[in-house]
Amino acid sequence: MASPATSAVPARASKAPEAGALVATRRRRRYSLLTRPDRLLIILMVGIPLALDLAFVWGPTVASILLSFTDWSGIGQVTAQNIVGVKNYKTLFTGYAFFWPAVEHNLIWLAFLAFIATPIGMLLAVLLDRELSGKRFYQSVFFLPVVLPLVVVGFIWELQYAPSDGFINNAFGLVKSGKIIDWLGNPNLNIYAALVATSWRHIGYIMVLYLAGLKSVDPSLREAAKVDGATEVQTFFNVVLPVMAPINVIIVVVTAIEALRAFDLAFIFNHGTNGLELLSTLITNNSISEASLIGFGSAIAVILLVISLGPIVLFLSRAMRAQA
Amino acid sequence: MGDSRDAMKVRRALEARRLELPFLETDLPLNLDLSRRDILKIAGYGSLAAFIAACGGTTTTTTGSTTGGTLSIGSYQSDPSVKAGLKDIVDAFTAANGGTKVNVNTVSHNTFQDSINSYLQGTPQDVFTWFSGHRMRFFADKGLCSPIDDVWDAVKSNYTDAFATAVKGNDGHVYAVPTDYYPWAVFYRKDVFAAKGYTVPTNWDDFKALCAKMKMDGLAPIAMGQNDGWPAQGTFDIINLRLNGYDFHTRLLVGQEKWTDSKVTAVFKKWAEITQYYSAAPNGTTWQQAADKLLRKQAGMYVLGLFVSDEFKATGSQADVDQLDFFPFPNLGTSFDAEKALDAPIDVYMMSKKSPTLSKDRGQAAAFLKFMATGAAQGMFFKQAPGSIPTANDADISGYTLLQKKAQQIVSAAGKITQYFDRDSRPDFAGANGMQSFLKSFIASPQSDPTTLQTKMQQFWDSLPAEA
Repeated sequence: MASPATSAVPARASKAPEAGALVATRRRRRYSLLTRPDRLLIILMVGIPLALDLAFVWGPTVASILLSFTDWSGIGQVTAQNIVGVKNYKTLFTGYAFFWPAVEHNLIWLAFLAFIATPIGMLLAVLLDRELSGKRFYQSVFFLPVVLPLVVVGFIWELQYAPSDGFINNAFGLVKSGKIIDWLGNPNLNIYAALVATSWRHIGYIMVLYLAGLKSVDPSLREAAKVDGATEVQTFFNVVLPVMAPINVIIVVVTAIEALRAFDLAFIFNHGTNGLELLSTLITNNSISEASLIGFGSAIAVILLVISLGPIVLFLSRAMRAQA
Repeated sequence: MGDSRDAMKVRRALEARRLELPFLETDLPLNLDLSRRDILKIAGYGSLAAFIAACGGTTTTTTGSTTGGTLSIGSYQSDPSVKAGLKDIVDAFTAANGGTKVNVNTVSHNTFQDSINSYLQGTPQDVFTWFSGHRMRFFADKGLCSPIDDVWDAVKSNYTDAFATAVKGNDGHVYAVPTDYYPWAVFYRKDVFAAKGYTVPTNWDDFKALCAKMKMDGLAPIAMGQNDGWPAQGTFDIINLRLNGYDFHTRLLVGQEKWTDSKVTAVFKKWAEITQYYSAAPNGTTWQQAADKLLRKQAGMYVLGLFVSDEFKATGSQADVDQLDFFPFPNLGTSFDAEKALDAPIDVYMMSKKSPTLSKDRGQAAAFLKFMATGAAQGMFFKQAPGSIPTANDADISGYTLLQKKAQQIVSAAGKITQYFDRDSRPDFAGANGMQSFLKSFIASPQSDPTTLQTKMQQFWDSLPAEA
């Protein structure tokens, strides 16, 4: 390590006068490493995405925040009469029967993904990272649900869960014995039915992400651990896992985002009612449905935004620290 | 399990949810004149609004006449049978009206309904499908649809007075042409009733006795598919109408009565007497799956609209449709039994206001609405979708089945007609995180004290902003 560093210093020193001469000749103009076309290109390349981002992401976000203080129905202009202050938030926190259940369901969703589905996905990745016969086959099988849109996953599982013609109740003989389990209609059960369905896809997703990370771990590290007499489990937790730190952050963020944006399955199963209320379905049912309670729906959206900022900030701060 | 019907079911389920992208069928106008609302919606949940906004017909030469030219129609007739019916009508209209080029934009029924606000304010088609009732008058009040008194004057001789009332806005102008309707009643299979020796009950006690008998015979007495949220609203409507009368019902649905009223408690108490007879897992069953139970003789009765016959036709055979019959919901022994009130929603065609092509298509639009008011046109639709009855007086009734004749009779015998809960009440209250959820809670535990639920209903109603 020492020799390249020492040799680099004289090299840089010998080049310094040359660079100084360059600066001197250009002193009359403003110093820039970029030509004018370059700068134009950069302005366009940064400016256009920025403008689109402002127009289509932050514009609507700010509009949502503003609308959350109104009772606008979506018809006509927003007038002074529409402004209701914090009434929407007050209703949400105190009077609205579906808000706290929705928050609870989002938290259950997060906990289930974080403590059950994601670890299973990681475990599968670790298992499939070893030399197994039929490895590719297993990989494909577990990854297959990931290529399906969640909407299609919803259709598939809705049919599996159907009370009397669904596969599950029939396979366990519950239809014959008359003990039908109402997987989607029982308000205490349907959230777990939805979670199993979402995990079916989530596990494959996490598995692929993690597998990619595991492939990039230097094999010599494991060999070294093995030589030092570490067991498989010790190697994983003390060597592989720390090396995988950047991937781990991504996994955590992906899991959190999946839990917060959970929508499709609940909406397909029963429009997010009767035990499947989620913040996202409340927003849709209130503001993008015939109900057209845009102001009220916006208030729920703002709350979801505030909650979502947590994992987003975590992710960004990690990503930026890694670059610095 | 595992027969070919499963594959068909998947296909139909996908069609009903409209996985195909409707805007691929029409030109997608790259219209960047977006309001803040549009941007919000598109950014928020992507395509719903875009689907609907993706309308706008192709622009051709301007004609002042009513023939030829172009016309665009926004349609929620998305199920295969009704879609085919509208196509037949459109083809006939084009032929009859000097080759008018008609552009039909079909959107899934639920999506259409959910997006109606933004649809009518954006760039709607010239003519669109909708319902009679509170919701029609609401959009008329908001100035989002055009009065069509001229059309109505030309066709009103072809309608009874009941329809004339049903298409008027609060301002007295006519806003819609009624094309079909369907009554809600208690449906059953004639062969099942004959085989088991059941008789049609006319009062509540007989009804409950019949349910008990069916249960002993191993049938699910009443099929119920409340997963969709709206089917139970039909049962609420009819019990409330029988128990408390038309006036109370309509006043309750627009907030002039309180949901905490003891009369509403009585409705839920009465209802709780029959919930034990519902088919298994009512909240997890879709209305189609419940219809299937009746079709396969696993359930004895089903409280639904006449459109259940479309479902019979689609999943069963014609022989199954022929076995389908219904009776009016039993009397409850109140003075309101005499009203014979029932839900008989009327489907209508309306003219939008903000359609960019309407100024040149107004003549064609009026011609189409007049065409829709003829028995001939309605007959074409009826042929494909026998679950709804034509409204025109000159509709050919010679081809009606017994079921359809009966449907016509029960509606004309009714002293009062309602349009269905979600058409008679405000949509935010009737919707998924409103009455639909409350009724699911009721179905989940019908024996618990209804006043808790009623308090929630009233609280929710009070939290809603003024509708006007």
